[in-house]
Amino acid sequence: MTSLDRLRGDVQPKNHNARTIAALTANPGCSRRAVMDAAGIDKSRLASYIGFPARFGQSQFAITRGNAFEAQLKANGCAELLRLLREALKLPIEEASYDDLESLEQMDARAARSRQLLTRAASGEEGAGTLFDHPLLRLEVGGRWVYLEPDLVALRTGGKFYVVEIKSFAVIDGQADGTKVSAAATQSAVYVLALRRLLAEAGHDPLLVSHDVVLVCPENFSNRPVATLVDVRKKLSVLERQLSRMARIDAIVESLSPDLTFDLAPDSSGVPQRPASELVDGLGQVDARYSPECLANCELAFFCRHEARGTTASLGKSVREELGGVSSVELALSLASGSASPEPDQEEAAAMLRYAAKLRAEIVS
Amino acid sequence: MTDVLPGVLADLTSHRGVVVDSPPGAGKSTLVVKATKEMVSSGQLPLMIVAQTNEQVDDLISRLITALPPGVVIGRLSAQGYVPTPRVAAHASVTVGSKVADLGPALIVIGTAAKWATLNDGQWPWAIVDEAYQMRSDMLLRIANRFDKALFVGDPGQLDPFSVVESERWNGLTWDPMQSAVAVLLRHNPHLPVHRLPVSWRLPFSAAPVVSQAFYPFTGFSSGTGDGDRRLSLTTASFGGGPVDAAVETAAATGWALYELPNRHTLRTDAEAAAACASLAQRFLERGAVAYSEQAPDGAPVTASRIAIGAAHRDQVAAIRSYLPPSSEITVDTANRLQGREYDVTIVLHPLSGRRDATAFHLESGRLCVLASRHRHACVVVARAGIPELLDAHPSTEPVHLNVPVKFPDGWEANQSIMAHLNGHRVNV
Amino acid sequence: MSALTALARASAVQAGVAQPIATVRHVHLSSRPLVFIPLSLAGEAHAPLAALVGSSVESPQLLVVPQPRNRDQRFGFAATLAEILVSYVDSFCGETETVAVDRGRDVRERYVDAPQILVPNGGGIGFVRLFGRSTRFRRTTGEWAVDPAVPLLGRWLTFFAERAEYPGSSMLVSMTGALGMHWATGQSSVEDANLAALLGWIAPPAGMTGAEAALEAEDPLRWPPAGPATDPTFDNEVLAPAIESGSLSTLEKALRDQLEPTWELMWRGVSLLRALPAGSRVERRWADDRGAFTGYVEYVAEGGFPQAKLDVAVAAAQRLAKLERAQALYDAQRAYDDPLVLAEYRLTGEAFAGSVVASSPDRLDASGKKRVLRPHITVRSDDPVRLGPGVTVVSPARPAQKGRIVSVSGSDVVLELSGGMGRGLTAPPGSVPEVGERLTYTTLTESYQAPAAFPSRDETPWTHGGPPAEYVPDNEDAAEEWS
Ligand code: SF4
Repeated sequence: MTSLDRLRGDVQPKNHNARTIAALTANPGCSRRAVMDAAGIDKSRLASYIGFPARFGQSQFAITRGNAFEAQLKANGCAELLRLLREALKLPIEEASYDDLESLEQMDARAARSRQLLTRAASGEEGAGTLFDHPLLRLEVGGRWVYLEPDLVALRTGGKFYVVEIKSFAVIDGQADGTKVSAAATQSAVYVLALRRLLAEAGHDPLLVSHDVVLVCPENFSNRPVATLVDVRKKLSVLERQLSRMARIDAIVESLSPDLTFDLAPDSSGVPQRPASELVDGLGQVDARYSPECLANCELAFFCRHEARGTTASLGKSVREELGGVSSVELALSLASGSASPEPDQEEAAAMLRYAAKLRAEIVS
Repeated sequence: MTDVLPGVLADLTSHRGVVVDSPPGAGKSTLVVKATKEMVSSGQLPLMIVAQTNEQVDDLISRLITALPPGVVIGRLSAQGYVPTPRVAAHASVTVGSKVADLGPALIVIGTAAKWATLNDGQWPWAIVDEAYQMRSDMLLRIANRFDKALFVGDPGQLDPFSVVESERWNGLTWDPMQSAVAVLLRHNPHLPVHRLPVSWRLPFSAAPVVSQAFYPFTGFSSGTGDGDRRLSLTTASFGGGPVDAAVETAAATGWALYELPNRHTLRTDAEAAAACASLAQRFLERGAVAYSEQAPDGAPVTASRIAIGAAHRDQVAAIRSYLPPSSEITVDTANRLQGREYDVTIVLHPLSGRRDATAFHLESGRLCVLASRHRHACVVVARAGIPELLDAHPSTEPVHLNVPVKFPDGWEANQSIMAHLNGHRVNV
Repeated sequence: MSALTALARASAVQAGVAQPIATVRHVHLSSRPLVFIPLSLAGEAHAPLAALVGSSVESPQLLVVPQPRNRDQRFGFAATLAEILVSYVDSFCGETETVAVDRGRDVRERYVDAPQILVPNGGGIGFVRLFGRSTRFRRTTGEWAVDPAVPLLGRWLTFFAERAEYPGSSMLVSMTGALGMHWATGQSSVEDANLAALLGWIAPPAGMTGAEAALEAEDPLRWPPAGPATDPTFDNEVLAPAIESGSLSTLEKALRDQLEPTWELMWRGVSLLRALPAGSRVERRWADDRGAFTGYVEYVAEGGFPQAKLDVAVAAAQRLAKLERAQALYDAQRAYDDPLVLAEYRLTGEAFAGSVVASSPDRLDASGKKRVLRPHITVRSDDPVRLGPGVTVVSPARPAQKGRIVSVSGSDVVLELSGGMGRGLTAPPGSVPEVGERLTYTTLTESYQAPAAFPSRDETPWTHGGPPAEYVPDNEDAAEEWS
């Protein structure tokens, strides 16, 4: 049993997907999250169990709409999608063939078949296909293999592969929500990376996979799809760096107490028996790096926020910075009022805080 | 100098515009002056010249006066109330006026973009736009009807223009007014020829590859001088061998030094770092630094006016200045204002020093690029330890906008690249 | 975020209640604002689901789209909203006043009051913008005809959304934005985007701290989200069955329950803001809003086109220039109106406060052709002075008078004054600050800046793609699907 297995306890590791891998780049400085993710711990379950459930629910309306949009695009052998890609990638019509890889049942079989088809396409064999629907790719994350399922991979003449990402947020007059596009771009970058590694392993040039991905979204207020090319080079470099740091998670894990575990100790019917307080203690042993942005990105956010109460970081990065980097609210205020005397390395912050407090006091009675 | 000028001018006869990208110290001003000279002698006149600041205009005028044949009158278009600087006023071949009509028979008219934008008529067959990457595209929109054809010259690696207004309204539009003039020009006219000046005459052999790799990864440039062509020697002995001396010596020997203060989160105006910047700069003077180069093979003393200290924020500049004697002639300024300047030795307060988080402002590649590319001999970077860790912890969550070309280099990567290089030149305090 | 605001946030944590960061109110508040709380259906491209709207606290009107995916019902919703909003807007097209424009060279009429829409948060403003976009191009005749009020609604919504981008405008205001400008809570700005939590900090219920109130406010069962997005659990457990049931009353009840708490919060916010005294320049900015409103009423009456989908190059540059001027003016005006805002500039060195310790009110400058009155005063600053000689500063107490810094020695700043002293060679009494007077000087200026000149759109230069095609709304716009 590795130390990561021990941390997770006697359950299957939580599977990563492109979204969770993308989320690794949301707060890469947080050891707590890095350890949890590397060990495959179900953060959502853990958070609920200790009384801080995450609120990342999805509305069934959103799910239905997303599925309907994808189904519409892929109906009749991807007819509509093909039309779009022809425009966006200048795909010649005669090469439009279609491989549905989703229909294969078994994961390993699907991955193998995907690899076979994609590498064959890379070597430029005749009739190698143009569209690959839901191919199954693999990527090593923190020492474990993760299966990934891009919506579609398109191959253009001239041998370039393009990852196609279907999203149901709208592109209105050529513009879309920057946060959503960013998330989609990071997820697509995960696929690009996995596909590049697949080709490289098979001895092909990884750069056959384009760093431009095709984002397909509904246009304006309609169901009509529109394709936009998104350059994910920056996302790729961040992702590669983060994945290589994940591989070095051992250093953090080794620094933890050898009997630390987040095992929920379920009984025979699967009901956790572990006292929540032990888990909370355990979480406290792994350094966190909470900021309010976590609320949108991490299942443990409500717990970490609770833990971070009274810190300037919990008020936001810019607040902490403006308070001279002093980490606790109480200390910042005592330095400001002069009731605490600063350590030598706090002198400057203290002087600034006193001055700010004086100005406020002068005006707010 | 590998002469790109004939090609540039030839292209200008067959295209409406030509862009010349110039990395730091690659002879941009020389190119502008030479191009002007050529255009005068081939009769490509009258000529309109656009620069971005009054200082740049005056700099150009004084260089043009010496380069152009006598009798060529230069009209300096300026705002009402502009008092000509002595170097401009002293010349009979320069006329000054706030209207074109007041300039007399000038065949070359030069002014800031802001001044040109106040004109609503007049048409010049030829124009040169200097520092075109510093100009916002809305400014280009306001002046572009004044010329038929233009040569755009500038450094793509420097700071982008900015606005006090935050708006996502124009994201992705090819004419986004917040983008640089060149970005918009090329998006509408993708077939315009783009030339590059391939050699930096400013950056020494020790710096060109580093700056080129970090900030110009796709185009690249090299140094005009070779290994050992530039030398910085210290003529007096060290003051007891502390870290300041060690950093000065490392920089003199290798062209770079990282003066690394202990890791600590500080105010922007970190007193220790500010004081270090000042004493490092002073120490070059105290040690009697002498610069040997192709310009001064027998050595020229590095005087205060040949040293600059650069920082990201104005309050940092004020803090650093407070540690220098009031009479000091050492330049202390922000990256924005150091653009286009050149010194023998520079001291740089790293924009990320002492910070807990990086922001887009601090990561902007142009900022570090300007700071790290002002020197002819040596550059000392002052920073608190911990920058690589800070970069690794930086979340990648900035919004992505559709149809906005990705700008390279990425500040995050450029910073990583520079830190990796500086690691080999570190002096711990 | 300034250090003063950061400190106020820290104080709020300790005090358990939000702290003021303004001494006066910087937004205009109408005596009868139109409160508008829209909800949209998750996953759809900005499909309206419901709204609560009205201009008095007692009479909210509930609008519901029973089948959010039904196009006709959506346009029905738009038509009802149009009726409410357009008649609200029309109710201001009454009394006018005559004002000088173009620096006194001309006059024009301006409505004495104007509409004001209040939405809960930034998402509400986004809804107004996109709902405007999806309705303003519709045709009222022909194949895809909609109720004539619908495209008019679209133009007005777009007008409001564009005003909301304009610094200092109060025509379309988000409540979280307005409150956040005046109070600092003990939580982060991310959390302040939740109206209930924000108000929990500003006015916690008796016996509760702000932190407790905010925590409670995050529970979507007690305080449903203020929209436009709904709570996913509500969608799955209440909304979906209600839509399926086909019973309008069930659906209306469900949606009313989601919206009413926010309605209450909106009006609580209104009273809190009303309790603050208005800054003295608020009325001036509202007059600008009234001018813009009057202009748009005229434009619509003359049959102008709906606003274009995108700004063409010239329009974009012009708009940016306008926004930049407005931003600079707004920053200056807030600082002039409010010593607490001005203090932020003192902290960063862009302003300093002090007492006059020497004054030579009769000093003449004889260096030019004509002698001119240029008094010198020396201000002993309480604040570190980071401005240097040559910089021009103004005191909010004497906005018509400029001071040029002559020298700075230690904390003493010598200023040379011009303006605000009549035309003679002696300064009228009181026009030059006297010894002992306390003043704040800042580099912020509200002085007039001439608007920049731009080419006309037909003269768009080749660098920007040349003149754009004239925009004429077409069938495609009118027919645009709305899934
Ligand atoms: S919520 Fe906690 S565990 Fe998750 S990233 Fe933030 S600090 Fe780390």
